[in-house]
Amino acid sequence: MLKFEHVSKRYEGGGDALLDVSFHLQPGEMAFLTGHSGAGKSTVLKLAAAIEQSSHGQIKLEGQSINKLADSKIPYIRRKMGLIFQDYKLLQDRTVFDNVALPMVVAGYSYQDIAKRVRAALDKVALSGKEQKYPHALSGGEQQRVGIARAVVNKPALILADEPTGNLDPELSTEIMRLFTQFTQLGVTILVATHDIDLINRMEQRVIKLHRGRLVKG
Amino acid sequence: MLKDNIPQHKKTGAHGVMVQPDFKSKFHAYLDTHAHALFSSLGRLTRTPAAFMMTILVLAISMALSSSFYLMVKNFQQLTGNIEATNQISVFLKPTVTPAKALTLQEQIKLDALVESVQLITAEQALAEFKANSGYAEAVNALEQNPLPAVLLVLPKNSLEDEEGLKTLLGRFEKMPDVELAKSELQWINRLRAIIAVAKRLVLLFNLLFSFAVLLIIGNTIRLELQSRREEVLITQLVGATHAFIRRPFLYTGFWLGFLASVTAWFIVTVVLLFLRSPIQQLSEQYSGQFNLAFLDYTETLTLIGVTSLLGVLGAWWVLGSHLQALKPD
Repeated sequence: MLKFEHVSKRYEGGGDALLDVSFHLQPGEMAFLTGHSGAGKSTVLKLAAAIEQSSHGQIKLEGQSINKLADSKIPYIRRKMGLIFQDYKLLQDRTVFDNVALPMVVAGYSYQDIAKRVRAALDKVALSGKEQKYPHALSGGEQQRVGIARAVVNKPALILADEPTGNLDPELSTEIMRLFTQFTQLGVTILVATHDIDLINRMEQRVIKLHRGRLVKG
Repeated sequence: MLKDNIPQHKKTGAHGVMVQPDFKSKFHAYLDTHAHALFSSLGRLTRTPAAFMMTILVLAISMALSSSFYLMVKNFQQLTGNIEATNQISVFLKPTVTPAKALTLQEQIKLDALVESVQLITAEQALAEFKANSGYAEAVNALEQNPLPAVLLVLPKNSLEDEEGLKTLLGRFEKMPDVELAKSELQWINRLRAIIAVAKRLVLLFNLLFSFAVLLIIGNTIRLELQSRREEVLITQLVGATHAFIRRPFLYTGFWLGFLASVTAWFIVTVVLLFLRSPIQQLSEQYSGQFNLAFLDYTETLTLIGVTSLLGVLGAWWVLGSHLQALKPD
C-alpha cells in the first residue's frame, strides 16, 4: 500500500532529515510513527503526502511511485489520501459542512453525493447538527474532528495523521483511535505520527520509530 | 460519544475507496463549480465594498477616458466628414483691385488650359453672405468699410488626387500682381485629414496604454486577493485541488472587475456626453450645422464591455501563472 524503499531526505543547507528509511504498510494496516521532535516524523508524512520529494529512494502508493511526480499529477494522488493536521488547517470563513465537503468539491462530485457523504462523515465524528457552524465557534477537539471528517469524506485508501490527538483529552483520543481502527477494518491504511506514548501503548498497533532520521524500530 | 456504526463505508467494498462519479454527474458538478465560482467571487468582492468600489472606479475611469478620446475623434471626424472634398481654389484679390479689373482677371484665368470654370464673388457679395451666415451682422454693420476682399473661385480641370497640378496652378495665381493670396481648400482638407490620422493614432495609443493600466490594476488586485487567501489555496491543494480548480474563482474575480468596470465606464461616458450635448448643440447651431453628437453605439458598447472583461481575465491569468506556481504547502 504505502512503501518507503531506502528513502533519504536532505534539506538544502541542513543535514539529513531521513537516512535510508524503509518500511511497508499493508492495506488495512495502522501504524504509529514516533520519535523525538526532529527525528523525521514530519518529513515522512510530507514525503508520503507528496508535499516534498525525497533526495534518494522510492516512495510508492499502491505501486505508483510518488516521489518524482509532475505537479499536474499531485492533486490526483492527494485524492487517494486523507490528511489530518495538528493545527487542523480548516477554512475559517467556511462552515463545517463546506470544510468537510472540500475534498469532494475539488474532485468534482455532484452536490447530492457531497451532501450525503458529508453528513455521514460528520455523523461518524459525532458532529451532526454542527454543519452550519463556523470553525471558530467550535472547541479544539471539535475542530480536530472536523479535520478528521474532511480526511475520511472521500473514502481514501490512506490516512496520514500528524499528531491528531495533540489537542484532545485522553478519553476523546481513545475514541478517535477506535474510529481509526474501524477504518482499518475496511481496508484503509493509516499512519499516525505522534509522541503520545500512553496512547501508543494502549493501542497495541505497529510502531515505526525514528531516531535522528534513521529507522530504529519498524 | 463517537458513533460505532459506520454504515456508509460498508457499501464500497474491501478498500473503502469511493466509486468515481460518472461522466454525466461529473459534468453537472463541473457546471456547478463554475456557477459557484462565478457568484462566490462576486460575493467575495462585495464583502469589502470600499476597496471594491475604489478598484472598480479606478478601472472605470481609465476605460472612460480611453472611450472619451475615441468618441472625441469620432465626433470630430463626423464633423469633417460633411465637408465635401473639392479641389476648388480661392484666389483672394488685393483690396485695391476694382470690380472691373476683377472681371478682367476672371476672364483671363478662364483661358488657362488647366482651369474648368471661374466664379467671381465681389467684396459686396462676400460681405452680404458673411452677414447672413455668421451671426455677426450687428458687428459688421458697425464697420465703416468692407474688410472683405473680392474672391475668384477657380475650379481646376485636374482630378482631386493630382496635387502637382494643383500646386502649379496655385503658383501661377500667386505670381499675379493683383492677387493677394491663392488657397486650395483641398490643402486644408488634406491637412485636417492628416490631423485626424494623427489623432486616431493617439487614440489607439491611449487605448493600448489604458488597457495596459487596466491589466496591471486587475493583476495587482488579484495578486493581493491571492495573498489574502494564501491559507485557503494551500489547504485546497492539500485536499487534491488541481491548479485549474484553484485558478477558477480568481479568473472569475478578474472577469467581474473588468465587466463591472466597463459597465461603469459606459455610464460615465454617457453622463459626460449628456452633460455636453446641449452646449454642443448650441455651438453647432451657430454654424448652422446639422451636427448630432455621437454616443457609443451598440457595437462599440459591446466591444468596450467585451474587451475590458477579457482584460480582467487576462490580468488574473497573468498573475496566477507566475504566483500560483510558487504557492505550495510546506
